[in-house]
Amino acid sequence: MSVFLAKRITTLVITLMLTTVVIFVVLEILPGDPASIMLGINAEADTLAALRAELGLDRPVHIRYIRWILDLLQGNLGTSLTYDVPVSELIAERIAISLPLALMAIILSTVIAIPLGIIAASHHNRPLDFFVMGFSQLGIAIPNFWFALLLIIFFSIMLKWVPAGGFAGWDAGMWPSLMSLFLPSIALALPQSAILARVTRSSLLDVLKEDYIRTARAKGVSQRRALWGHALRNALIPVVTIMGLQFSFLLAGAIIIENVFYLPGLGRLIFQAIAQRDLIVVKNMVLILAVTVVVINFVVDLLYAVIDPRLRGGENG
Amino acid sequence: MISLKQVIKGLAVALCFSFIASSAMAAKTSLILGMVLEPTHLDPTAGAAAAIDEVVYANIFEGLTRIDRWGVVRPALAKIWTISKDKKTYTFELREGVRFHDGSEFDADDVLFSLNRARGDDSTNAQKGLFRPIDKVEKIGKYTVAVTLKQVTGSFLFNMGWGDAVMVDPASAGSNKSNPIGTGPFKFKRWVKGDRVEMVKNPDYWGTPAKLQKATIKIIPDPAAATAAMMAGDVDAFANFPAPEALSQLETNPRLKVVIGNTEGETILSTNNQRGPFKLLKVRQAMAYAIDRQAIIDGAMFGFGTPIGTHFSPHHPAYVDLTAKFAYNPEKAKQLLAEAGYPNGFKAVIKLPPPSYARRGGEIVASQLRKVGIDLEIVPVEWAQWIDQVFKKRDYDLTIVSHTEPMDIGIYARKDYYFNYDSPKFQKVMEKLNETVDRDARYKLMGEAQRIISDDCVNGYLFQLAKGGVWNKDLRGLWENSPVQANDLTEVYWVK
Repeated sequence: MSVFLAKRITTLVITLMLTTVVIFVVLEILPGDPASIMLGINAEADTLAALRAELGLDRPVHIRYIRWILDLLQGNLGTSLTYDVPVSELIAERIAISLPLALMAIILSTVIAIPLGIIAASHHNRPLDFFVMGFSQLGIAIPNFWFALLLIIFFSIMLKWVPAGGFAGWDAGMWPSLMSLFLPSIALALPQSAILARVTRSSLLDVLKEDYIRTARAKGVSQRRALWGHALRNALIPVVTIMGLQFSFLLAGAIIIENVFYLPGLGRLIFQAIAQRDLIVVKNMVLILAVTVVVINFVVDLLYAVIDPRLRGGENG
Repeated sequence: MISLKQVIKGLAVALCFSFIASSAMAAKTSLILGMVLEPTHLDPTAGAAAAIDEVVYANIFEGLTRIDRWGVVRPALAKIWTISKDKKTYTFELREGVRFHDGSEFDADDVLFSLNRARGDDSTNAQKGLFRPIDKVEKIGKYTVAVTLKQVTGSFLFNMGWGDAVMVDPASAGSNKSNPIGTGPFKFKRWVKGDRVEMVKNPDYWGTPAKLQKATIKIIPDPAAATAAMMAGDVDAFANFPAPEALSQLETNPRLKVVIGNTEGETILSTNNQRGPFKLLKVRQAMAYAIDRQAIIDGAMFGFGTPIGTHFSPHHPAYVDLTAKFAYNPEKAKQLLAEAGYPNGFKAVIKLPPPSYARRGGEIVASQLRKVGIDLEIVPVEWAQWIDQVFKKRDYDLTIVSHTEPMDIGIYARKDYYFNYDSPKFQKVMEKLNETVDRDARYKLMGEAQRIISDDCVNGYLFQLAKGGVWNKDLRGLWENSPVQANDLTEVYWVK
């Protein structure tokens, strides 16, 4: 086990080092000078030089790379070029929106998808199955930004139950904040739940064809008990894998939905930072996301072990 | 018989009712104003982004002079000024008893600090050129400052009214980016990044106090989201609505009012005057004849915009309408191209930045030019690339961009500007304009300048960007036009 851990940590460190190099090089190649973007088209040469010096952009490439890594190792994420506030502060503000939103969406999508998948599998090739599959086809086909607009028209403009967008802020209270995340989380959850329902169904159907299920059925276990007691647990492994992928997507990939609901989340922060060449924000955000994906994958691996005791022994790892 | 008790009871009830009624009648005192772009920071003296001025100008920060809703220069922190005989020295009498929001007093030292900081060697002022003519700034008394110019500069007082020339306090200047401290009628409260900026009324304001108690600037970058927010009543107003296509829909809403005003944005087909066929006047003239301005306004801007024939705001008194000179005439365009040696036209590249006026307008321009034989390849670029490739490296043939700075015809006198236009005749007119203070003489020179660039067809002159404001019909006092990029909230109030 410790050999396994050591191996994994080594791979992790090498992966992250390579990530830093790739991020840095890509941003170096990217055309566009942050100083001239900030000062606009009337700026004069000496003003630009002064700003570049202030931002430390006049230093040689390798110095800037080493500086960045040293800062990172000390836990210093630097100061945003455009906002002029610590990057850690910016990210913390955004996570306070993106994390609850991703959680709400993933919970919602799980609550919808897993029962639907089970219903479809247990009614295989019967009308209920076709109905659920039809629904999920629709959920995958509908673009989520368009679905979001429909939600806004119905719930915000016609019924006036929730605001059309924006974020109340946690200091305004729990309820208003949750209300501002309500529609976005539905819009995000719909396509996710459609995919998840399909995965649940096909995974369950596969497991139901296994020998041990046939044995159980032969021993007189009812269809229902075989499904709930024996099949479901094993069928959940691919479902959890997909959920892990979806969660990392929801954290930073919700940018379109963040735009439709004008939520200041992580996705929009990266997007803005790229457009404004706020290089330090882009660099550190991308790095943090890379770390997050690695960590989520690790958590998913642990969940496999919880679901499938066979994986706990360590012979697989 | 009615007892005294009953009378008192009745009176009390009546009082209660009148109280409820009057409090219900009291007009709203807070405003939520929508804006498309978030300011990158809140210091107007250290960044070009229009969004900074749109939050802080006249609200939080003030300069020696200010530009009002008509584009006219007014006294602000300088209550009066005198100009010396040689027109080079301006003596400003400052208002007394003005305090910055942190309580420190505003006086001559702050003026010296602000102006010297903006023109200093390590200045990061985006419009440092405004301060270039200043030779020295002297303190005459606690409330008197004399500014001496190197040469006569006719637009000096106007320039001092820009957001880039606002007065700052030495103690807070360094932190204005995140915590702006000015002298204006509103105080900065907080900035929830990516979402909103909050301001509250400054109770100690030196001038006419603001009528609003609280103003929130809400950042909504997406046009569809802006439409939804307006329809749902989440925001009270959008001074410059991002989706012209939605204006007619919003206009049908009885709660809302749509107001179309002017901006300082000349939208032009910028042309690289030193490249390939564009070096030839006849080619540029041909392009001017090949462009149907109204079709671009209708197609790209849903009819909102005023055709222009030169680089000048149509609502300015000195504007000369030159649109008829190169009225749409594709036959003439073909003939001129043939005369220039391109009977079969040529190929070129048009680089288009993200705004819809450029992207949509560019497609229409390309199809119009194709009709006379000029085959344009459309290359969409983002702003950062545009500034780098087009603006700095001048690596472009054509582009479309709106020049939103007020009174910016002077850029045509800059030889190193990205148009690559070099006309000694024009430069001479500009020099003369700079040395002229008399208004009528200035207007005449401005007219001359407009004619020269129109004759030379430096760029394709398309249209003046309109400002489509949408706001609650009970709201009063917002600017209809934007002579400077600002959302001046000082006179905004609710009638209900």
